[in-house]
Amino acid sequence: MKILIVDDFSTMRRIIKNLLRDLGYNNSAEADDGKTGLPMLQSGNFDFLVTDWNMPGMSGIELLRAVRADEKLKDLPVLMVTAESKREQIVEAAEAGVNGYIVKPFTATTLKEKIDKIFERLGTA
Amino acid sequence: MTSEALQKNEEALTEEMLICARQLVVDIEQGNTDEVKNKLEELTRLREAELFQELGKLTRQLHESLNNFQVDSKIALITEQEIPDAKERLLHVISMTEDAAHKTMNAVDESMPLSASLLSSATEIHQEWKRFRSRELSVDEFRKMSSKLDDFFVSIESSTRQMHDNLNEIMMAQGFQDLTGQIIRRVISLVQDVEDSLVELIRISGKRIIDTGKGPAAETQGFGPKVPGVDHGDTVEGQDEVDELLSSLGF
Repeated sequence: MKILIVDDFSTMRRIIKNLLRDLGYNNSAEADDGKTGLPMLQSGNFDFLVTDWNMPGMSGIELLRAVRADEKLKDLPVLMVTAESKREQIVEAAEAGVNGYIVKPFTATTLKEKIDKIFERLGTA
Repeated sequence: MTSEALQKNEEALTEEMLICARQLVVDIEQGNTDEVKNKLEELTRLREAELFQELGKLTRQLHESLNNFQVDSKIALITEQEIPDAKERLLHVISMTEDAAHKTMNAVDESMPLSASLLSSATEIHQEWKRFRSRELSVDEFRKMSSKLDDFFVSIESSTRQMHDNLNEIMMAQGFQDLTGQIIRRVISLVQDVEDSLVELIRISGKRIIDTGKGPAAETQGFGPKVPGVDHGDTVEGQDEVDELLSSLGF
C-alpha cells in the first residue's frame, strides 16, 4: 500500500513515516503542503493520504476538498493528523469527507487504531 | 472649519495685511499721523487673527491625532489580548520542549542499563562459548553455560522489546518540534503586527492616515496547537473528545 504523508514539518513527517513503517506500511512518500501533495496524488497511484491541517500554501482542509472534488481521487481514504482542535474544525473536516481525525500530540496506538478502523470500514463497505 | 477653508482664510489675511502695510507706508510718507495710528492698530488686529487661526489649526491636528489613536482598535487588541497570549504561547513552548527533553532522557536512562546488561552477559557467555569450542569446559560448566544462555535469550527478548518501545518514545517526543514551531510562527506574526502598528502610530502622529477598514487577516490556515491559558474558543480535550464528536456525527 502506497501512502502519502503531507505535513510542513519534516520532523512530523519522519515520525509518521516511522510509525507507519512500524505498522508494516513501508511504501510512503512525503510532501510539505497541499500544493506539492495534490499533483503527487494525481499522478502517483496512492492508496492512502495522511495530512496535517495547518500548512502554508495549501492547507490540509483545502487539500481534502480538492481530493474529494477530483474524479480520480474522490474515494481516496484521508486521515487528518493535526493540532487543530476546534470543534467547528473537526465538524468541517467531517463534512468535507475526512475518514479519520487525530489531534496532535498523539500516540502510536491512536494512529494504528484509526488506520485499522478506516480500512475495516472500507473493507466492509 | 476644514483645512482648505483655513488655508483660504490665511491667504486672505496675508493679502489684507499686505494692502494695509502698503497703505501705512504711503501714510507715513505723507505724514498722516492719525491714519498711521489707525493702520498700525489694524495690522496688530490682523496679526492676532492670524495667531488665532494657527491656534485653531493646532487644536484641530491634536483632535484628529487623538481620534486616530482611539480608532486604531488593533493596537488595543494587541496590547490587551495578543501580547499576553504570546507570553502564554512562549511559556508553553518552554514547557513542551522541557517535556520532550525529559521524555527523551527518561527513555535513554531506561535503555542504557538494559544495553549494558546485555553487553556484559554477551561478553561473559562469549568467553565461555570460546572455552567450550576449545573443549575446555567440564560437563558441569557446560550445564551452567546453557542455563545462562536460556536466561540470556529471555532477557534479549524483553530488553530489546523494551528498548524498541523506548526508541519509539524518543521518536514521538520529537513531535514537539512541529507543535512549538507552529506556536512560534504565530508569535512571529504577532511581532510583525506590532511592528506594523508602531509604524502606523508614527505616521498618524504626523498626519491623518486613511482608514482602510481592513481587520485582522481571516483564519484560513487554521489556529495552530492549543495553548493553556489562551482562549481558543470551543476546542476538544484530546483524542477521546474528537472520537466522541465524530461518532456523534455518525462516524
